[in-house]
Amino acid sequence: MMDESNPYLPYIVKIEDAWYETPVGDRAVKTFKVSFVDEKVWDTWSHEPGNCAMVGRLGIGESMFCISSSPTEKGYLRFSIMKAGKVTSALHELEAGDTMTVRGPLGNSFPMAEWEGKNIVSIGGGIGQAPLRPVINYVRANKEKYGDLSVLYGARTSDLHCFKTEFDEFTKEGTACHLAIDVEEEDWPHFVGFVPDLLMKVAPEPANTIAVTCGPPILIKFVTQGLEKLGFTPDQIYTTLEERMKCGIGKCGRCNVGHLYVCKDGPVFSYATLKEIPEAFA
Amino acid sequence: MGDYKFAKDKLAEALSGLTDYEVFAPAAVGDVLRFKVVEDPASVSLDYDNTTVPPKELMFPQTETLFKYRLGQTDIEPTVPDASAKRAVVGIRPCDALAYTIVDNLYGWDFPDPYYQQRREATTLVGLACSDPCANCFCPSVGGAPASEKGLDALIFDLGDAYYVKTLTDKGEEFAKAAGLEAAGDAEAKAAAKQGEEALGKVQRSIDTAGIPEHLPELYDDKFWEQFSDRCLSCGICTFLCPTCHCFDIQDESEGFDSRRARMWDTCMFAEYTRHTSGHNPRPTRKERTRNRISHKYSYFPEKFDVIACVGCGRCINNCPVNIDIVDILEKSKQAGAKEAKTA
Repeated sequence: MMDESNPYLPYIVKIEDAWYETPVGDRAVKTFKVSFVDEKVWDTWSHEPGNCAMVGRLGIGESMFCISSSPTEKGYLRFSIMKAGKVTSALHELEAGDTMTVRGPLGNSFPMAEWEGKNIVSIGGGIGQAPLRPVINYVRANKEKYGDLSVLYGARTSDLHCFKTEFDEFTKEGTACHLAIDVEEEDWPHFVGFVPDLLMKVAPEPANTIAVTCGPPILIKFVTQGLEKLGFTPDQIYTTLEERMKCGIGKCGRCNVGHLYVCKDGPVFSYATLKEIPEAFA
Repeated sequence: MGDYKFAKDKLAEALSGLTDYEVFAPAAVGDVLRFKVVEDPASVSLDYDNTTVPPKELMFPQTETLFKYRLGQTDIEPTVPDASAKRAVVGIRPCDALAYTIVDNLYGWDFPDPYYQQRREATTLVGLACSDPCANCFCPSVGGAPASEKGLDALIFDLGDAYYVKTLTDKGEEFAKAAGLEAAGDAEAKAAAKQGEEALGKVQRSIDTAGIPEHLPELYDDKFWEQFSDRCLSCGICTFLCPTCHCFDIQDESEGFDSRRARMWDTCMFAEYTRHTSGHNPRPTRKERTRNRISHKYSYFPEKFDVIACVGCGRCINNCPVNIDIVDILEKSKQAGAKEAKTA
């Protein structure tokens, strides 16, 4: 954690590299690869797949984003950010060499240790792939500890796929990789349809398997229903939630779903937990 | 701890002795009574019901700078208050002191909040026991009392011709010494205890909170909330004047190149509070927001910290422009549950 005595103080990070995942414009996704200006921070920094951070720009503000790199990727952090509002638009203006602020790591993480020995199925849609990316990369870097890894991912069009080149790498490594787009495109060799339909077609075996999913709320809802149909129990299904946040440390109040703070008790929840909280799907 | 007293006309003299402290006491600001730094001890009066604005602002100011910086530069200058700069709050009501002990849980939780905690640490709380509770007080229902000592360093009783001061902590003792108070005897202590007992009997409103924290989540989708939320104006006064409401926003502000990141009171009664950048809002109407306010105080907070986040001060009832009454909501929540059970 940043300054132990003051959780509101951010680190200054330098952008090492920045690129667009999707076509430039409104709602474009841009990835920032950053490192701490004060290199000593790396000595105390540690994060887990699923952790978030407040990313911001002095003079504008900060917002919560998942850390989209796995702790097994050393020497940098990655954030993949969709241009949507004031803070994200200001961040999108930044390029390699510029500085931003990072306050974190915040929130809980996927229980990677608990999942050792199990198969992992990742089911993502759109920018929802960002929090799943560290899980996938963590499993890839620790192959011997886990069973089979499979990746299901879709977006409205092939242009809107985030982390495009990485899926080819997965396939080369032997990871089952299933891609989808919502509507037919010329020369698209993969599935056409929504991610929940892709899930039912691929129909992963629930035995000794953990499913992690993230995407728009409607995707999470139907993927969860699909997983249950396939025989997954609620404690085999994990997702990450997002709400508006300001402090990121369980104080400012707004990100609660029921009695849980998404910033601190989450963002990672098992469906077994969320089922009991009606507001989780509000 | 000790027993002290001072004659009523010696209040200014006692306050003048507190040269080591920054002293806060109730003061009229326009139509509003709120705690202000004492400039002139002779102007302080302890003859009041309760302040309009709760003294939460002394630990958690309405707007507070977290750090300063120059636009275009990356040097950050934190503005954490100094815990060694002593402060005394004189005349705080027991409900408002109790509120600090509740909010302490939140600000001390996991990532301790240095801004709040440093101020708490620096502050001596000298309470003023209530002899005549207000019409909408219900402190005994939520762990308080007109002469509750919880969270206080000393407690003053108005005994008519004199003030009796009971010190409760070392900080309180230090305060009594600095104020130059004279020793009191058994007679004053007894009179104070009797007054406290009598005041307890004068509290007119109550709510039996047993079962409410467990029951409220069951009413999540119930139409019950609408009878209150339909007339709510979303003005937020119930939360801004609540001594336990602690929600805040964080904003960056610049004047020329001089910039700061600041936090300011916010309210769950505003739609913007939870609205996502995408436009999606998990609490889009007053129904969800009313439900959240009540559920947070009486269910979510107790689930986390084992204490109800309400002290029964009655401010939200007294100041609501459309007479929404939290005691009424809680009472009716029980009936709503009972009706459900019958039809089920």
